[in-house]
Amino acid sequence: MKLARDTWLVFQRQLLLMARTPVWIAVGVIQPLFYLLLFAPLLKPVFAPMGATTYAETYQIYVPGLLAVLVIFGGLFTGFSLLGELRAGIIERSRVTPVSRLALLLGRALREVVALLVQAVIITLLALPFGLQVRLLDLLLAYLLLALLALMTSAISYGIALLVPSDSALAPVVNTIAQPIALLSGVLLPLALAPHWLQAAAHWNPFYWAVEGMRALFSGHLGDNAVWQSLLIVAAMTVAAVFWSARLFSSRVR
Amino acid sequence: MARSTDSQVPRQPIPSREFWLIETKGLRKSYPSRKRSKAATVDAVRGIDLSVAAGEIFGFLGPNGAGKTTTLRMLATLIRPDGGAARIAGADLLTDPGEVRRRIGYVAQGGGTADAVSAREELVLQARMYGIGKSEARQRTEDAVKSFDLTEFADRPCSSYSGGQRRRLDIALGVIHGPNVLFLDEPTVGLDPPSRSQVWDEIRRLRTEGMTVFVTTHYLDEADALCDRIAIIDHGGTVAEGTPEELKREIAGDVVLVGLELGDGAADRSQRAADALRAEPYLHRLELQGEDGLRLYVENGAAAIPQLLRTLEGAGLAPGTVQLQRPSLDDVFLARTGRSLKQN
Repeated sequence: MKLARDTWLVFQRQLLLMARTPVWIAVGVIQPLFYLLLFAPLLKPVFAPMGATTYAETYQIYVPGLLAVLVIFGGLFTGFSLLGELRAGIIERSRVTPVSRLALLLGRALREVVALLVQAVIITLLALPFGLQVRLLDLLLAYLLLALLALMTSAISYGIALLVPSDSALAPVVNTIAQPIALLSGVLLPLALAPHWLQAAAHWNPFYWAVEGMRALFSGHLGDNAVWQSLLIVAAMTVAAVFWSARLFSSRVR
Repeated sequence: MARSTDSQVPRQPIPSREFWLIETKGLRKSYPSRKRSKAATVDAVRGIDLSVAAGEIFGFLGPNGAGKTTTLRMLATLIRPDGGAARIAGADLLTDPGEVRRRIGYVAQGGGTADAVSAREELVLQARMYGIGKSEARQRTEDAVKSFDLTEFADRPCSSYSGGQRRRLDIALGVIHGPNVLFLDEPTVGLDPPSRSQVWDEIRRLRTEGMTVFVTTHYLDEADALCDRIAIIDHGGTVAEGTPEELKREIAGDVVLVGLELGDGAADRSQRAADALRAEPYLHRLELQGEDGLRLYVENGAAAIPQLLRTLEGAGLAPGTVQLQRPSLDDVFLARTGRSLKQN
């Protein structure tokens, strides 16, 4: 009860801070927009082995992957905001109060979930004129998957930020982790093109399953195994990531 | 995660009138040293013994790096001591940090407000983080805005505040939940003189309202003018504790400042003067001050001055100026540590 109240308190303040500096929306949306406009059209022949014959079908395959990568990268880089707040003494001011330590973490991670979902909605809307079609129920499930991904990656990012508490070190560390995750999830180019060993490696990447689930939902295959598999895998990983990060948070940020 | 349940401990009655509001015994903290060769540790705080009485302004005076902030952060539950014991407002620091949190307020040196929100918004949030309900939090915020004189800028973003305004808000945030003890870390660093005296006034006002205030400082005049009692800390340990008057009285006698002629060979002249005076029977201690000055600690200043003038003239050194002073807290620090606090 206290955890829920405190989390809500921290979350509200984080939303207020975000609303006061709305630049983040533009910054978060512009890069995926470039990929949507300048990169996706190249992919029609590439996605042919996956059944794309028109541009609309290309977007159908590309957009869910783009949303997944937007959320994964956005979440993994959110540790920077925590470093800023640590430096400004805002975290310390909270720590001398009896506020729940887990709430300090969850309130911030949930803010990131909201921010990334807002960006995902904007990208989805911008993709509609290109011929993207998706049913509302499928879309809502896809957003649920994205929300879990956002919670997981921001929890991981806060954990990393506590382990590597310096701006100059955090960026390369996060990049080093995020690059192979993105490449092995088949968001840039489909893994259908990949040699067998690379496909086998991708199957060990939980984010590959997330992207598979997203694509199944955007293709309207709600009953596809990839849907429940991805939700299950991502949910389990989210619980593990929050648990890990919370433990780190309560030992380092007592 | 276990810590998230801290405040679910049923609220204990605040001790009615405990005499010592802060009592520490051998509080210590060390950090792993940066040197890779050995697994050595650096003792940041070697063992602090303090007793702070209810309703006093207690000063923790020492040079930068002496361990003031580490001690303060231990007392405010931000870092866990390696050893020793402490009771704060009746709660045990090591076994019940959650209860300590509820009974203290803490203002860090750098504050801790967000730029984009206003003083009112920060005050309400702070009260809410202590578990205070919404309407009560608003009421307390209005009271704090009035008593800390924040009205003029209370709805502007914190980024627009002057140093003094920000500091007043920081202190208001530290006491919004009505703590028994307020910890302030170097509250007047970087403030201009008017803001500084305004902060002193706020601290004195809190004392008249019955709060116990623990303040760290490396300013001698602040310790002298503001604090009822002080402890002097150096190299992670307390070297003296008492009222400023008591401590100064321990330095028996007076201080005589001798200024020699400036110009070429001033350093040489003051060295010669020091050599000539060292053997004098009335001299307790002698320090060189700058190139052309001597600081003499003597039994009785008025009697010593004619004698030292004769000695200096005999050595062919006519002093330019001679001043008689009462010992200051810096003299106390110097006597206890062999160094001056002013050089820091």
